[in-house]
Amino acid sequence: MKLDLMTDLYVFMLAAFIGFEVIRRISPLLHTPLMSLTNALDAIAVVGAILLVGAHKSTLSTVLGTIAIVAATSNVVGGFLITDRMLKMFKSSRPQKP
Amino acid sequence: MHVPQYIIELTYLAATALFILSLKWMSAPTTARHGVWAGEVGMVLAIAGTLLNHGIVDYKWIAIALVLGTIIGVPLGMVQMTAVPQRTALSHAFGALCVTLVGTSEFYLRGAEVSRFTMSVLCMEVILGSLTFTGSLMAAGKLQEVLPQRPITFKGQNILNLSVLAVAIGLAAYVVTHPGHTHVFPFIVGIPLLFGVLMIIPIGGADMPTVISLLNSYAGLSAAAMGFVLDSKLLIVAGALDGASGFILSLNMSKAMNRSFTNVLFGAFGQEQATGTEAQETRNVRSATAEEAAAILSAASKVVIVPGYGLAVAQAQHKVRELYDALTKRGVDVKFGIHPVAGRMPGHMNVLLAEADIPYDKLLDLDEINGDLPQTDVALVIGANDVTNPAARSDPSSPIYGMPILDVDKARTVMVIKRGMSPGFAGIDNPLYYLDQTLMLFGDAKAFVGAIVRELSGAAQD
Repeated sequence: MKLDLMTDLYVFMLAAFIGFEVIRRISPLLHTPLMSLTNALDAIAVVGAILLVGAHKSTLSTVLGTIAIVAATSNVVGGFLITDRMLKMFKSSRPQKP
Repeated sequence: MHVPQYIIELTYLAATALFILSLKWMSAPTTARHGVWAGEVGMVLAIAGTLLNHGIVDYKWIAIALVLGTIIGVPLGMVQMTAVPQRTALSHAFGALCVTLVGTSEFYLRGAEVSRFTMSVLCMEVILGSLTFTGSLMAAGKLQEVLPQRPITFKGQNILNLSVLAVAIGLAAYVVTHPGHTHVFPFIVGIPLLFGVLMIIPIGGADMPTVISLLNSYAGLSAAAMGFVLDSKLLIVAGALDGASGFILSLNMSKAMNRSFTNVLFGAFGQEQATGTEAQETRNVRSATAEEAAAILSAASKVVIVPGYGLAVAQAQHKVRELYDALTKRGVDVKFGIHPVAGRMPGHMNVLLAEADIPYDKLLDLDEINGDLPQTDVALVIGANDVTNPAARSDPSSPIYGMPILDVDKARTVMVIKRGMSPGFAGIDNPLYYLDQTLMLFGDAKAFVGAIVRELSGAAQD
C-alpha cells in the first residue's frame, strides 16, 4: 500500500513535468482548443465512475456514479467534437499540398 | 468473458502514452488534429479496457449513462464559437461534478478502511471538485450573461470567503484524524460548494480568461487526486497534464495583465478610476470618415489590425475578413496583433478570426507583432482599448502600469474604431486617442468596417 503511494507520487511528478514542458511549447494561437482538449482528456475520470457503477456496491454509489458517467461522457464527446471543429478552421495562407 | 487484468492495464498504459502524444501534437496547427485523434483513440481504448474489467457485474446503468452523456455532449460540442468560453466553463463544472460524486461514493464505501494519506487526498478531491463545480457554473452564467457580469464586492468579502474555505479544510483535517466521524462529510462537500459561488461573485468579465484557466487547473488537480484515491495511474497522468495546462494558461493570463493570481481572485478591478478624469475634456481628438480611412489604408504598405473583444461582440469578424481580402488584393501586407487577454478565454480571439477564414499565420502574438509595429504604416484598432494604452508603459500612476501592451502608438498612423469616447472596462482613460497620429473612427465596428470595405471596392471600380 505504502509503496503504491510512492509510485503514484512519482507518476504524478513526472506527468506534471512532462505536461509543463509539452504545453509550454503550444502557441497562444491554439490555447482555446488546448483547453477544450485537456478538458476532454481529463474526463478519463469516467473510468473510475464506470468501475464504481459496475461494482454495484450500494444504491448511493450507483446513483452518484451514474450521474458522474453522464457528466464525464458529455465532456468526452463535446470536448473532442468542439476541439476538432475549431482546429478544422485554422488554415494557412500558404498554398497547401492537396 | 474473463480478461486478464494485465491486458486492461496495458490499455491504460497505451491511453496514457496517447494522451501525452495528443498534447505534443497540439503544439502546431499542422499536426493539431492528429492530437485530437490520438486523444480519441486513447479514450476509447481506456473505456473499452475498463468495460472488460471482471469487477463489473451490472452493465445496465453504465450503458444508460454513456448514452445519456453522449446525447448531452453532442450539442455541447456544436455551440457557436463566440459561446466557447461559457461552454468551456460548463465542461469544467461537469468534470468537477464527476470527480466530486465519485469521491463522495468512495468515502461512504470505504471511508473507514483507507489510510490517513488516502483520506487527506480524498478530502482534497471533493473540496477542489465541489468548489470548481459551483465556481465554473457561476463563471459560465456570467459569460452567458444570465448573471450580472460586473464584479459584486462588499466589505470584508475576502475575509468571509477565506474563512468559509478554512472551515471546510478544518473539517477535512478532523475527518482525517477521526476516521469514524462520517457525519461531518456532507459539510466537507457542501461548504466548498458555497465557496465556489462566493469566489466568482467579485470577478468581472475581463478577468474571465484568468479565472477559467485557474478553474481548469483545479479541475485537473481534483482528477489527479481521484487517481490517487483509486490508485489509477492513467487518471493521475491525465489530471496532472490538465492541471499543468491550466496552471500555465493562468500564469500567461496574469502575466499579460501584470497582475498576480491573488490580485485577480481577491481584488476586483476598477476602483481607482475616479481620479484624473477632469483634465482630458479640453484635449482634442481627430476623427475621420470611412472614406478618409479607406484612402489611408489603401496607400499603406503594412497594416496591423488589433482586434479586441468588442469586435466579437459586434460580430464584425466576417467584415474584417472582407477588409483583409480587399487590402491584400491591393498588395497591402495585413497582419493581426493579438493580445493574450483579448477575448473571454485564452486564445479566444484566434478562434474567432480563424472561423472568419483569416489564415492563422497572419495572427501574431504580442511579442511577435510589437517588433513589427514601428515599421507599420497603419495600426487599426477594433474593439480593443486597455491593451493598447501607452499609459501602461509610461505612467506609473496608471492602474494598468506595467501591463504588456501592443505598441500601436509606434505605428505611423493609428486608427481606432470606437462607439464613443467612453473608457474601457477598467475605467482608465487612453492617451492613445489624443496622439497626433491617431484618427478616431466613431461608429459600430461592423458597420464601420463594412463602410471602409465599400469605399475600397468602390475605388477599385474607378
